[in-house]
Amino acid sequence: MASVEFKNVTKSFGNFHAVSDVNFDIGDGEFVCLLGPSGCGKTTSLRMMAGLETPTSGQIFIGGQEVTHLHPKDRNIAMVFQDYALYPHMNLADNIAYPLKVRGEPVDKRHARAREVADVLKIGHLMDRLPSQISGGQQQRTSLARALVYPAKVYLFDEPLSNLDAKLRLEARGFLNHLQRDMGMTAVYVTHDQAEAMALATRIAVMDQGKIVQYASPIEIYRRPATTFVANFVGNPPMNLVEVEGAQADGRLALKAEGLGIGALPMTDAIGKALATSNRLTLGVRPEHLSLAGAGAQNTIVAPLFANENMGPESLVTLDRGEGARVTARIFTDDHLDVSDTVTLGFSAEHVHLFDSAGNRIPAVGE
Amino acid sequence: MKISLPAFVGRIAFSALAALIGAAFALPLIWFLFAPFNARAELGLAIPDPWTLNNFVTVFGNSYAVQALWNSFIQATGGVILVGAAATLAAYALSRSSIPGKGAVTYTLLLFSSVVSGSAAMVPIFLIISAAGIMDTHVAVILTFAGGLLPTAMFILRDFIDSIPKSYEESAMVAGASPVQAFFDVALPVIRPGIVVVVVWAFVNIWGSFLIPFILLRSSDNMPASVAIYSFYSEAGTPIVTLLAAYALIYSLPVVALYLFVSWKFGFRFFGGIKA
Amino acid sequence: MTTEPLATPPKRKTRNFALLSNRAGAAFMLPAGLLVSVFVIVPFFWVIFVSFTNRTLIGATALNPQFVGLGNYLALFDPATFFQRGQFGFSLILTTQFVLASALLGQALLGLLLAWLIQTVPPWIKRITETFVIAAWILPEVVIGFAWFAFLDYDNGTFNMLLESLGLPPGDFLLQQPFWVIVVFNTWRGAAFSMMLFNSAFSSIPPSYFQAADVAGASSWQKFRDIGLPLIRGHIVTDLILITMWTFNTFTPFLLTNGGPSYRTELVSIYNYRVAFQDFQFGKGAAVGVIMMLINLAFALIYLSLGRKRAPK
Repeated sequence: MASVEFKNVTKSFGNFHAVSDVNFDIGDGEFVCLLGPSGCGKTTSLRMMAGLETPTSGQIFIGGQEVTHLHPKDRNIAMVFQDYALYPHMNLADNIAYPLKVRGEPVDKRHARAREVADVLKIGHLMDRLPSQISGGQQQRTSLARALVYPAKVYLFDEPLSNLDAKLRLEARGFLNHLQRDMGMTAVYVTHDQAEAMALATRIAVMDQGKIVQYASPIEIYRRPATTFVANFVGNPPMNLVEVEGAQADGRLALKAEGLGIGALPMTDAIGKALATSNRLTLGVRPEHLSLAGAGAQNTIVAPLFANENMGPESLVTLDRGEGARVTARIFTDDHLDVSDTVTLGFSAEHVHLFDSAGNRIPAVGE
Repeated sequence: MKISLPAFVGRIAFSALAALIGAAFALPLIWFLFAPFNARAELGLAIPDPWTLNNFVTVFGNSYAVQALWNSFIQATGGVILVGAAATLAAYALSRSSIPGKGAVTYTLLLFSSVVSGSAAMVPIFLIISAAGIMDTHVAVILTFAGGLLPTAMFILRDFIDSIPKSYEESAMVAGASPVQAFFDVALPVIRPGIVVVVVWAFVNIWGSFLIPFILLRSSDNMPASVAIYSFYSEAGTPIVTLLAAYALIYSLPVVALYLFVSWKFGFRFFGGIKA
Repeated sequence: MTTEPLATPPKRKTRNFALLSNRAGAAFMLPAGLLVSVFVIVPFFWVIFVSFTNRTLIGATALNPQFVGLGNYLALFDPATFFQRGQFGFSLILTTQFVLASALLGQALLGLLLAWLIQTVPPWIKRITETFVIAAWILPEVVIGFAWFAFLDYDNGTFNMLLESLGLPPGDFLLQQPFWVIVVFNTWRGAAFSMMLFNSAFSSIPPSYFQAADVAGASSWQKFRDIGLPLIRGHIVTDLILITMWTFNTFTPFLLTNGGPSYRTELVSIYNYRVAFQDFQFGKGAAVGVIMMLINLAFALIYLSLGRKRAPK
């Protein structure tokens, strides 16, 4: 196992900067997810770690050794591809044992090792089959087995679960989590699925337009998203963002928006700085922190009902604040919610996130 | 089920028309189903009485005819090996390397290959072979066909390789394979169906060709079957129809067999779609 | 979060990673490059060079050809003889008629008709018809030449037998109507390509388009005219250019008629062969080759530009 470090790494394709001036480090034994929408540079970053792309500038280190221009074969890494890349002309045994073959292991030894790994992944009984003769889930596990069959410094995953159906994906996710606990491997995992990243990562690097927007533990990203982009990307449904007008009154912060009733918040230096630039702020509240409020609740959002979706243990209640601005509440209830045309949602001040006009988080008191 | 009367009549008419056209296409070939098995075959259509394989025995007893078939085989096989190997390497480079000017090379080759046809370039091809001192040899035919078929073979194969995900070779390299290992262990086996199609296509093209060997070969020792058949029926005097019918059938068999093989194996509808 | 810029390391000029390095790629291209250069590209330039000389196959000018300028071209385009039988102009016009009649009308129309018919007829008729149409196309050209030679034989040929059984007078068509024989011959020989191209074009149209027309009450002809034809327009253009080029360059009719009788089926390819390899005038033959290549070039450029427009890459 080894650490990974990016120093000022930029990758341009013509005028397009897929990755621009990215710095981060991954500690030994960490499981880091690169999370972001398509085209954000996460896959390019991963491929540069693998050596399948060469950075336009900057340096990459694996285990303290610079590998920026090293051929993939000389990096001693393992990678699971999105399309699995199982060789159609080799049976599972040969597929899984291929990395050992190119390392010069004798055939009986490498097949024995392949069988060992395959047994762990519950595909040991399929070793004579061709990739085309097994199911999608089994193909995914075969590609995983091929990556695990040799001791690599770093394990790279390029959206390995995106071709599985929802149920298999959950199962595979659980298995990967178990594997990480078991092996303590250093892994970099690219995904656009925030739930996958939350479930697997020790740290998540949220990427947008070639840059890392936030690099922190899942819980940190959930609790203190650095920007509105992160807030909107992590969480299901994502955080509600409401454009508000902020003003300082009597040493406290008053927020104003259509249908919003909120008590004054304590003023901080950071808020003062943000207000000095612009009084247009963004207020964020996660759907799970909203509840149906009776009259007299202190902080409320009132708007006409747009949709009421019963999901079983919970209901998603969505309000339409006009001009496409919606607010969704995730309400845990076994009962069918009986909501009328206009709904009042309440929330507590401790769950309020504030972002300045540029979309950056304004630290709360004590942060 | 009810079909309206006009629709029913229409379907009958369509079927009749299709069958009629099919019959028109079959007519010139029907003779070939009978004459090879008729010991007294003439140019007229006649049901063999009795059916016999004597004509084939005659063919295999004719050393000139057998030699010509063997020559066809040598030339087609030699050409195919060259085309297959050179086209595979070149197509792989066109698809997977980032050599500058790749696109321009492709475009130029495509242009040249469609401009320089055998019937337009027969004079310079003759002169080149003559200058190289290999006139009237198998090598002359093999090299000429290899050069002429290569551009098209390269494009068919490049398209095929382009459609194969790069992750095959990438995964091999990440797993520790060198580019050469990745090519032979992973890429080549995956490309194989494309190579088979190209090789079969080239074989059929060379096997069936007439003009190039007709120009480049002099002695009967080197003549392929195509030229032999032509001289059998075009030379003065009545052709030996019995021999010729059986011989033409034998000569056609590899082409038919390869066509059936390719369409069974790959469902390749455009087999031979692009001629040299 | 570590987004503070560190000291920028010195820039190094390095090649991007590729599955095949440039050097290996060049090595891979080498064998094909050599073969194509020698047998495709060199002939292209050599034929231009030879066309300005009086090179012959035998005699003094075989070894020491002289530069004759445009002499060969002037001889080809000599207005006094241009249109005479056995001269270049006659051959060029003949070839044009041949391409129009056998490729553009014959192969393309018959191919289109067949492709449309076999969409609707019972599978067994489809299979049998397809088999014979494709057989006419895949069998080696000498076999086809011989088959037609036998088919059209005056005394015993299947065709005359058929005519007589229908009460029609037999004919020696290879002598009487040689041009129409090679037109029908080439149509028969090449219709399969157009049929298969159009067939695959038709089957790429989602069936729901035709079902929607069925629901709207369209007849078979209306479906063909309003849905099938407009949607395969691109394929039709491709087909026309390709079969035009092939028919223009074909040498196969030589195997049936030898270009005769008295030059009446002497297409430019056959004319080129006769001038160069029977009259041994390589210089003049090369000039014919150059003109053929120029015509090929025009069609190829149209074809490639259409292809580029459709698939910008």
